[in-house]
Amino acid sequence: MRYIALTDADRDEMLATVGVSSVEELFRDIPDGVRLDRPLDLERPLAELEIVSHLDSLAARNAHAGVELSFLGAGMYDHYVPAVVNTILSRGEFLTAYTPYQPEMSQGVLQAIFEYQTAVCELTGMDVSNASGYDGTTVAADACFVAKHVTGRSRIVVTEATSPQVRQVIKTYAPGFGLEVVEIPHSGGTTDPALVAEAAQDAAAVIFQQPNFFGCLEPAPDLAAAAAEAEALPIAHVDPISLGVLEGPGRYGCALAIGEGQGAGNAMSFGGPHYGFIATKLEHIRRMPGRIVGETTDVDGERGFVLTLSTREQHIRREKATSNITTNQTLLALGGLVYLSWLGPQGLRELGETCMALSSYARRELEAAGFVPVFSDKATFKEFAIRVGRPAVDVVRAARAKGVHPGYRLGRDYEGLDDALLVAVTEKRTTEQIDRLVEVLSEVAR
Amino acid sequence: MKLIYEKSVPGRTAYSLPAHDLPVPDVPESLRRAEPPRLPEIAEPDLVRHFTELTTRNFGVDTGFYPLGSCTMKHNPRVNERMALLPGFRDLHPLQEPEGAQGALELMWRLQEILAEVAGLDAVSLQPAAGSQGELTGLMLISAYFADRGEGDQRRKVVIPDTAHGTNPASVTMAGYELVGVKTDPRGNIDLDDLRTKVDEETAALMLTNPSTLGLFDEGIEEIERIFHGAGALMYYDGANLNAVCGIARPGDMGFDVVHINLHKTFSQPHGGGGPGGGPIAVRDILEPFIPSPQVVRLDDGTFGLDENRPKTIGRVRGFTGPFGVFVRSYAYIRAYGPELRGMSETAVLNANYLLALLRDSYDLPYDRLCMHEFVLSARKLKREHGITALDVAKRLMDYGFHPPTIYFPLVVPEALMIEPTETEAKETLDAFAEAMHAIAREAADDPETVKAAPRTRPVRRLDEVKAVKQLVVKYGSGETSVPAEA
Repeated sequence: MRYIALTDADRDEMLATVGVSSVEELFRDIPDGVRLDRPLDLERPLAELEIVSHLDSLAARNAHAGVELSFLGAGMYDHYVPAVVNTILSRGEFLTAYTPYQPEMSQGVLQAIFEYQTAVCELTGMDVSNASGYDGTTVAADACFVAKHVTGRSRIVVTEATSPQVRQVIKTYAPGFGLEVVEIPHSGGTTDPALVAEAAQDAAAVIFQQPNFFGCLEPAPDLAAAAAEAEALPIAHVDPISLGVLEGPGRYGCALAIGEGQGAGNAMSFGGPHYGFIATKLEHIRRMPGRIVGETTDVDGERGFVLTLSTREQHIRREKATSNITTNQTLLALGGLVYLSWLGPQGLRELGETCMALSSYARRELEAAGFVPVFSDKATFKEFAIRVGRPAVDVVRAARAKGVHPGYRLGRDYEGLDDALLVAVTEKRTTEQIDRLVEVLSEVAR
Repeated sequence: MKLIYEKSVPGRTAYSLPAHDLPVPDVPESLRRAEPPRLPEIAEPDLVRHFTELTTRNFGVDTGFYPLGSCTMKHNPRVNERMALLPGFRDLHPLQEPEGAQGALELMWRLQEILAEVAGLDAVSLQPAAGSQGELTGLMLISAYFADRGEGDQRRKVVIPDTAHGTNPASVTMAGYELVGVKTDPRGNIDLDDLRTKVDEETAALMLTNPSTLGLFDEGIEEIERIFHGAGALMYYDGANLNAVCGIARPGDMGFDVVHINLHKTFSQPHGGGGPGGGPIAVRDILEPFIPSPQVVRLDDGTFGLDENRPKTIGRVRGFTGPFGVFVRSYAYIRAYGPELRGMSETAVLNANYLLALLRDSYDLPYDRLCMHEFVLSARKLKREHGITALDVAKRLMDYGFHPPTIYFPLVVPEALMIEPTETEAKETLDAFAEAMHAIAREAADDPETVKAAPRTRPVRRLDEVKAVKQLVVKYGSGETSVPAEA
């Protein structure tokens, strides 16, 4: 077997050293009654080139963004990932290392996490970031757990204009946390701060998304203020790509900033793996889930980095830990750091503006072609909702037959929007491609 | 070395974006960013050099032997990386219509079938993002199952042995359950007499790692199964140590009702310095109605789809359908072995027993049995006689070019050194590691100061972890701060 080095001679010698006569004897502690008495019912082993051809054939049956002109977004985005990202993530010293329990062996990844934490804090206007969460949904559940312990309250308010998947994950986790989840409706595509003020009474947290699931810009500072007024923690779920042009949540009063990192440095990869980020103010640091890297010095006074505040964590605190998380998404977060370093502040701003300009162009051209935006008076970032005049499911099917995926069907999650598409436009789309979208939608819709 | 922020020079850039001549819409004043984030400003050549320099200060399986117990640090085949980066996988949007994602869905369905066979159970959900999330998901299923039977309020306790990973009790709390501890007997098995007093009509489940974190297969597993199922409770299998028993003994055949599988351990997803992982769960048919939604299914016409119509589901535990890139790597890995996964586990157990045989005279062996894929030694004699601790041994191993084993875990063994060589190590590597361990044991007696001063060959020497807490610096440029006192 190509991944195993032992020869038959090695095995014989090793068994003799152990003092047994066969490999079988090594398993003598396993009762006969629980042993498998037949080979596993799996297909025969494949040679490397057979694996390649088998997976090539599976991959070829997927309509990916390189073969289909796609305007799908809804939480996962086709942003460009520069070549340096994978170059660095492919280095075996990063790729094949475990969690940095032994800091002297792991200064590379520890320093990288420290730099990542800094980048997340800079983007969000917060003091503390952890080393990453699983994705943009589970960090929302983590944030609820923090809010419960900080406030001692047990109700979570989440806006309906927050990603449906984020809301679903919060609801899955809530019973175990002893939390109740209340949703507040949107008013014409954004959230009314007056409704937040009302719902936030006795709530542990108010979670909203900026830009929201419809792509609209929420009155985020007003939502945060309404939550804070009721002493509920304001929590913003933000798109990192927007944070070159939009203010960081820490600068308008949010207690926590969370989000999905995929768009910033990770491929879509059919939904994962990606990184979720969670950042907060210093006052809540003891409630933070997961790994945090801190700076220190060695016995010679040289700077170095270690995992710190471990007494929050499961391997020390066990049932009293702030979370059960251990394996996180370090490599993907490292991808995020490389990507944000590639962009720099100027690139992040220019990227946000490019997305806005292209998205705005798409919205204008579709309107000119007679399509009606669902929320016509709302400012948007890189995504917008538009009505296509007939069931979106039929429009998507017909458009895909012409090589264009025109967007996400909002009717999957929202009543009354069966004829609406959520159209995402990243910097990878060109005006010619957008013109093609308008042309195809004009042919297949209405 | 400098931080990337310390190399930053205003005006330097590495990015390029396509030019456009479109107007940029105004951002409302109240939402507009006031100050740009202080991200690094660096050109591409120095960007690449920075991260390359960081790699020289890190150690992976590619660098050398990494016998970190319970982490299964085996070789990561590079073909798996290449497969995960095929454009048809890498650039596929997770909300693509199922007709446009048949290859991806088929891969996931095939992986579900494979993991069900390996676990000896009926259904698999690939959704959980890591082992810990698999644990929590499993407990949520158990909770939903008992609620459905009207026993939800009655069964509030989960039994966990004292050898368990810290994730188990943490998951119990997150699932809203109450923890009941059970002791380990002198042979390293669950103490059955203690167990019998802890299991009753209020028990929801057992969580067990088998083989345990001591690297020992629980010889009383059949009786344990009778105790729990006899009390109407269920059994959860922590699959962290599955690498010991693939094709040899299946959790489902041991009586477990739900299992999580660490794809980043047994099935070779590279660990990436802390993640990503994958924590699929396999369940017995009684729990199948409750598994997360959506579920990948094969339809009557032979095509593959996502089933979202699952009325009893606990719901979604993460976004989309799971860490797909991890599935590609693990699927490719398993297809390289097929039924020979048994040989993989046999070799892992042979390597561990061989290394144990080489080391047993130099270190204490608290549970003197044949081990499975890992074993736990103790440095307590070195500590008592020479003042050399498990931590000292670990740090000194670095100077010999090895990553240290897991230390101070499991908690039931003082000065624990938990060693897992995996099947992918050659005999020569095991011999060299054993030589280093012997040498350190000798040094402990002859030259303890050298051991206590280790490491001397790494980019930094021993780091002050207390200072890292007391003078807290968790991002660049903020100065040190003190941690707010606990509320």
